[in-house]
Amino acid sequence: MSATSVRAAAAATPQEPRARNSTWRKLLRNRNVVVGSVLILLLVLTAAVAPWITPMDPLRQNIWESYTAPQGFFVDGAFNTQYVLGADELGRDLLSRLIMGTRVSLLVALIATAISLAGGVILGAIAGYVGGLVDNVIMRVMDVLLALPGILLAIAIVATFGPSIVNVMLAIAVVRIPAMARVVRSEVLALREEEFVEASRALGISPMRILFRHILLNAWAPALVIATLGMGTAIVAEASLSFLGLGTQPPQISWGRMLSVGREAIRSAPHVTLYPGLAITFTVLGFSLLGDGLRDVFDRRLADT
Amino acid sequence: MLQYIAQRIYSLVFILLGVSLIVFAMVHFAPGDPIRIMLGDDAEPQEVERLNQLYGFDQPAHIQYTRWLTRAVQGDLGQSIRQRVPVTELITERLGATVELAIASLLVAILIGVPLGVISAVRRNTWVDFGSMIAALVGVSAPNFWIGLILLANVALHVGWIPLFGRGPAFTEAITAAVTQGNFSLLWDSLRYLLLPAITLGTSIMALITRLTRASLLEVLGRDYVRTARAKGLIGWLVVYKHALRNALLPVVTIIGVQFGSLLGGSIVVEAVFAWPGVGRLIINSISQRDLPIVQGSVLMLAAVFALVNLLVDISYSFFNPRIRYA
Repeated sequence: MSATSVRAAAAATPQEPRARNSTWRKLLRNRNVVVGSVLILLLVLTAAVAPWITPMDPLRQNIWESYTAPQGFFVDGAFNTQYVLGADELGRDLLSRLIMGTRVSLLVALIATAISLAGGVILGAIAGYVGGLVDNVIMRVMDVLLALPGILLAIAIVATFGPSIVNVMLAIAVVRIPAMARVVRSEVLALREEEFVEASRALGISPMRILFRHILLNAWAPALVIATLGMGTAIVAEASLSFLGLGTQPPQISWGRMLSVGREAIRSAPHVTLYPGLAITFTVLGFSLLGDGLRDVFDRRLADT
Repeated sequence: MLQYIAQRIYSLVFILLGVSLIVFAMVHFAPGDPIRIMLGDDAEPQEVERLNQLYGFDQPAHIQYTRWLTRAVQGDLGQSIRQRVPVTELITERLGATVELAIASLLVAILIGVPLGVISAVRRNTWVDFGSMIAALVGVSAPNFWIGLILLANVALHVGWIPLFGRGPAFTEAITAAVTQGNFSLLWDSLRYLLLPAITLGTSIMALITRLTRASLLEVLGRDYVRTARAKGLIGWLVVYKHALRNALLPVVTIIGVQFGSLLGGSIVVEAVFAWPGVGRLIINSISQRDLPIVQGSVLMLAAVFALVNLLVDISYSFFNPRIRYA
């Protein structure tokens, strides 16, 4: 390293604003982050304005139009809003249902992920910071939850408490908590020995305050990566549960449920299964691209999770 | 080594005990009286009382749990409420189908994923590489049951010999018949039913394997010993296959072990798409009929298989890579 670049590096590091700027620049330069963010922004925007942009009433049935084929945006050279992507078994407009379904999918995934984030951070932080018996008990319970394949655990929970949108969110959250708790715990374990924590302790700051104000503030990056990747998992989980008839119930519109209805008409109307699946794929793709990108920018060690 | 295995088995027993508690609580706290479901709404009160005593539902929870667990470890998972047959019998019938599907999809994933990853790495930054990387990205993101539906609509409906749903003869029986009697029609039947479900279930792992093989091989190809091999004048493909690939596949083997469990979970949904008569379908059907002893038993059984597979995978790693034992 030449003398000038050493000096430049020394000048750049201590200044907080510039360091933050470089993180932003790294994020903007990462192709995964940019593409993923754009996809997700589009979806969030769609969900936000959904009721105003549906070309038809997503709940209106019209039995004469049952399984109508996709008409496209242009019919005979004129702009068309009727059955652009075709109709389902009850003659409801697929495009309108897809648009409204964005809300349910994103909402379920977001709330489930938020719960698992909160639960995982609290459990992982306590396990890592307190250690000993408490750590042992919490992590063994997490091991038990991890001993079941995720979707099986979610199915078991929903089967016990009955299929409803709230139970689906809770089930997905419970499935995702162990992964979050593990990551936060290992992060806390590493940070616990840092000098700034020792300094806080010497200053007489209470342990809970040290944990939540000082340690967790430095452990947010891996948690954010796991949460972002978890959004994709949650969306597939909701779709799978709904596909099995254990998820959201009508009249709530769910992409997974649209797929399960389409299965019955796979011969005559394959378009009914095509579009909801594409919607799920794009959403999951957005979150996994963003998650991968964030991981590259913030934390290389997480590469295996 | 023995100490490591003993330690792992010890924690496995502990974890399965935890799972059994969850599974028991699940049925115990579920709404709905199983005896009522069994007898219907117009049952005599005395009859309900008699059956409650017979099944031990009048006992406190901890006694019911220990009784249930004692029987479960002896292989008795109780009776189905609807079908009045032992749950263990129902599950073992279908467990073979689920495991067969999981293994087949893993094979499909490896047989396609590894070569695709190798080609991508060797032909880096060509259209082959971009194409397979985009395919892998979509494969990881798309829900597998949707891929199954797409295959049904676009392949099964147009290719006469591919069935839309169901399962042929068990693969183990078919292969035995083929080897001992030279009867290949059973084998053919078994395979053509297996084809689409296996591809469907294997897609996401195939995509993972492709990406990992590519990344890992690229890393190894940059190492010094590969450059040395090249410098010695070894032919390109020989360097890749004899020197680089062997080391590059280590992380791939790891991911295969880790992912086998997720195949057991994923099979539940794929079985629903193809009406594959496995444990997953049994679970879903039993949930809709509120036949909870079957759900309870199947979840416990799948967890046991899952845990056992993970144990075997870990032990085999530590056998091949002693460093893991001391981690």
